Amino acid sequence: MEFETVIGLEVHAQLLTDTKIFCNCSTKFGGTPNSHACPVCLGMPGVLPVLNKKVVEYGMKMSLATNCTINKSCSFARKNYFYPDLPKGYQISQYAYPLSEHGYVFLEVDGAQKKIGITRIHMEEDAGKLLHDEHNPVSYVDLNRAGVPLIEIVSEPDMRTPTEAADYLKRLHEILVYLEICDGNMEEGSFRCDANVSIRPKGQEEFGTRAELKNMNSFRNVQRALEYEVKRQQYIVENGGKIVQETRLWDDAQGVTNSMRSKEEAHDYRYFPDPDLVPIIVDDAWIEVMRKELPELPMAKRERFVKDYQIPAYDAGVLTADKALSNYYEEVVRLCASPKAASNWVMGDVLRFLNEERRDIRNCPVTAASLAEMIRLIEDGTISGKMAKDIVEEMYKTGSAPKTIIAEKGMVQITDEGALLKTISAIIDANPNQLQDYRGGKDKLFGFFVGQVMKATQGKANPQIVNELLKKMLAG
Amino acid sequence: MELNQLTIHELQEKIKNGQTSATQIVESVFSRIGVVEERVHSYIRLMKDQALSAAKKADEDIKIGAIKPLTGIPLALKDIVCTKGIPTTCGSHILHNFVPPYDATVVEKLRDAGAVFVGKANMDEFAMGSSTETSWFGVTRNPWDLERIPGGSSGGSATAVAADECIASIGSDTGGSIRQPAALCGVVGLKPTYGRVSRFGLIAFASSLDQIGPFTKDVEDCAIMMNVLAGYDPRESTSVQAEVPDYRQFVGKDITGWKIGIPKEYFIEGIDPEVAASVKKAIAVIEKCGGQCVDISLPHTEYCLAVYYIIAPAEASSNLARYDGVKYGLRTSEARDLLDMYKKTRTQGFGNEVKRRIMIGTYALSSGYYDAYYKKASQVRALIKQDFAEAFKKCDVILTPTTPTPAFKIGEKMDNPLQMYLSDLFTISSNLAGIPGISVPCGFTAAGLPVGVQFLAGHFEEGKLIQIASAYEKNANLAKRRPQL
Amino acid sequence: MISKQEVEYVAHLARLEIDDAQKDKFTSQLNDILLYIDKLNELDTTGVEPMSHAIAVTNAFREDRIMDSLGTEKSLANAPDGRGEFFRVPKVIE
Repeated sequence: MEFETVIGLEVHAQLLTDTKIFCNCSTKFGGTPNSHACPVCLGMPGVLPVLNKKVVEYGMKMSLATNCTINKSCSFARKNYFYPDLPKGYQISQYAYPLSEHGYVFLEVDGAQKKIGITRIHMEEDAGKLLHDEHNPVSYVDLNRAGVPLIEIVSEPDMRTPTEAADYLKRLHEILVYLEICDGNMEEGSFRCDANVSIRPKGQEEFGTRAELKNMNSFRNVQRALEYEVKRQQYIVENGGKIVQETRLWDDAQGVTNSMRSKEEAHDYRYFPDPDLVPIIVDDAWIEVMRKELPELPMAKRERFVKDYQIPAYDAGVLTADKALSNYYEEVVRLCASPKAASNWVMGDVLRFLNEERRDIRNCPVTAASLAEMIRLIEDGTISGKMAKDIVEEMYKTGSAPKTIIAEKGMVQITDEGALLKTISAIIDANPNQLQDYRGGKDKLFGFFVGQVMKATQGKANPQIVNELLKKMLAG
Repeated sequence: MELNQLTIHELQEKIKNGQTSATQIVESVFSRIGVVEERVHSYIRLMKDQALSAAKKADEDIKIGAIKPLTGIPLALKDIVCTKGIPTTCGSHILHNFVPPYDATVVEKLRDAGAVFVGKANMDEFAMGSSTETSWFGVTRNPWDLERIPGGSSGGSATAVAADECIASIGSDTGGSIRQPAALCGVVGLKPTYGRVSRFGLIAFASSLDQIGPFTKDVEDCAIMMNVLAGYDPRESTSVQAEVPDYRQFVGKDITGWKIGIPKEYFIEGIDPEVAASVKKAIAVIEKCGGQCVDISLPHTEYCLAVYYIIAPAEASSNLARYDGVKYGLRTSEARDLLDMYKKTRTQGFGNEVKRRIMIGTYALSSGYYDAYYKKASQVRALIKQDFAEAFKKCDVILTPTTPTPAFKIGEKMDNPLQMYLSDLFTISSNLAGIPGISVPCGFTAAGLPVGVQFLAGHFEEGKLIQIASAYEKNANLAKRRPQL
Repeated sequence: MISKQEVEYVAHLARLEIDDAQKDKFTSQLNDILLYIDKLNELDTTGVEPMSHAIAVTNAFREDRIMDSLGTEKSLANAPDGRGEFFRVPKVIE
């Protein structure tokens, strides 16, 4: 039987505000456990939440960037359950009246644009963190993270392959980072994803029973977990079994998903409107202010790069995948005025060095100014492309400017025709047989002479000038 | 008269004239406490050392002429308002050892106004009760008859004022918890408009209904207290940014030509005849003052109690989830695992009435019942609010009995929750609608039990309540009585 | 009508233990209350907007400005089992 996979994602993004969603404690990651805590986020008796305005504004920006309709009025509800990382015994979230709804993003699937629907975006507070003692039957609670603002972005079940899911996730990730409202760090948990996945026989309308996957802390793991889960479900169905609706945890080490039995107890969250918080009314004027603050988004930037810089769509995609990288590239272009050369150097050498060391463009030792200067030196003939390869590597190692390196290593290109003529004459004189063969029609030997000149000049000769001079002299 | 028997405004006069000192006033209060507290049990905790040093500081201020609205005035605080560094229990075992690292906004305001805190007053556990019998710290007795309840949940705040164990006090009112004990103890009690007085630091029972207010010996003191308590607080999202008038200007003002709404739904069979008679007399006094009575109807009155007993427990079931033995308060010593720790802690920490309400509230919000209970109640609540909006088109103020009966016997209704709930019949509607209400003494039964009359006004019209209550108080010519203790 | 089983379920949701003797009494008391509450069904509330706040306040916001937190020591001061820098609880099994 042929199956179709149906995937929907719930993404939680921690917002880059200075303070928590309902109190004035810092959101900073790390720090002594339970130090960024106050009566409000500790859930002490009698204290009250007051909403951080920036949380609403960041949520509005994400809504606009993903084509969601921002509701004129939205409000908070309480989601009630007991857990030690939840100090009030309820999470303040949005339920019946979310911030925004009915959005979408586009993915490229098999060369075509595919629309992935976004059901809703809502604001909520994060829970604290639990640490488990390995030797004793106890756990430790750290409430520094309790009350850190989150937005939850819920997709429609519109994805049909694990790759689509991973692409959708990357799309959301780059938008959040472009908006500068989330640092996107999956390992530290500031960008988290749960997936609902089911399979159905091809052609069937209704959805199959779904499993909810958790604990996937990288794009790769999301894809691997989904791939595993799809196979697991297919195996069960093909062998006459039934899928159980449940939550499953991804085990990265084993490469499998496991049922989370302890949480299977039926959830009954008893949502109701939070009486301590008041409705948020968003008028058109406020939406317009937010819209004006939106930066250029990745899709638009990609199109602009292709159009303005005349670079291939693939290159534009790589260069805009990270906002900092795109800024770096644009700075190089601004300073050297050679978009294509800049793209080649950034995508080729610079990214390769960074990837080898898993380094971020923000910490790149080769500054945009240095790289642009180097490109200019190639173009004005001061150095050759081959020399540049060595120079850029040295720039990455030392952080020095290209001119410094060139001076230190005496790497300036020989363009003096007189000097080159002398070298060429000596080489022709020393290789009479090859000269004869060349003149007899063996054109390939031209390369031999070029190689000899480069060897004699330690690669410093300007290849263009060498070519011209050699041609003349070999012709006799 | 002893100093502790005087009102705030009388004591202020004496302080200004140099006839007494804050220390003398505080000492007279504590000497009274020494005599009667064992029988009445108004307090969970006394703060004598802090009070005496605060009085000393007040006296220094007085010396340099820096006299504030409550300088040197001893107040009791219901043990539901958080006091920094001083245990705040909410009358519950589960919070018996909780020491807040913060003051409630009202505590800050009162202290800034020069008040001296005598102690933390007894109350029904988590303010759930109408008799102050559900406190983990024992019952409070009505000073007018020690065999009877003082009302609740702010019973200790009412008795402390009635028995002259303080000059005025702070209570909280979710369904009548200020006005009902004020009526049963023969003092003045006001529940302000929702959002008028900050709830920050008030331990939540039902967040959409809770409101802090004062107990005083007369209406002028009520105005003085409201001048300090009222106002916007940025720490509370439901706090209202509305102008706060000088409430004292309404004291003694004429009410000639005012229309007084008499809702027929509040004058029904089943009201104690002596209560009915006292309230009828009050109506006559108001008419003598120039008020003009009009018949009005609040058609959804009969549903108030049912709405209240869904909404308040639903909110409470969520508000009380934080008492889980993790961050503060009681934790059981005999837990097998986490679930067992939660259940044993909460089972040992909460009393039966609290458990009952958590159960009702949890049930009303649980899967499949939300629409039938919580949503339905919230819709009817809107109709009740609408009733008042309509009524206030026809009248300035509404007059009703505060309670259907005078104080009942201790233990009489403990086994019958529904009967107990009925004692809030006339006070609950104003919490649901968010409007202010005041209870003023209007006489005594033959057995010597106090009776109260309630006035209700539109949102933020506390001034009207003070005006009519003060006009009534001045013209009623009630016999001056004090409880015989 | 609420059954004894529902009382058990609700007690579990609320993390309360109710012993057998109390269970009967609680069930009958809750039923009395629920029966009384049923009164509301006499009313037709079709189209009535549910009211969740007594006063219509909207857009109550706070600026995104850091203020002093309590710090670890004060945060843990009331903890029944505060070890070092953490609240300690019986092991949470995931």
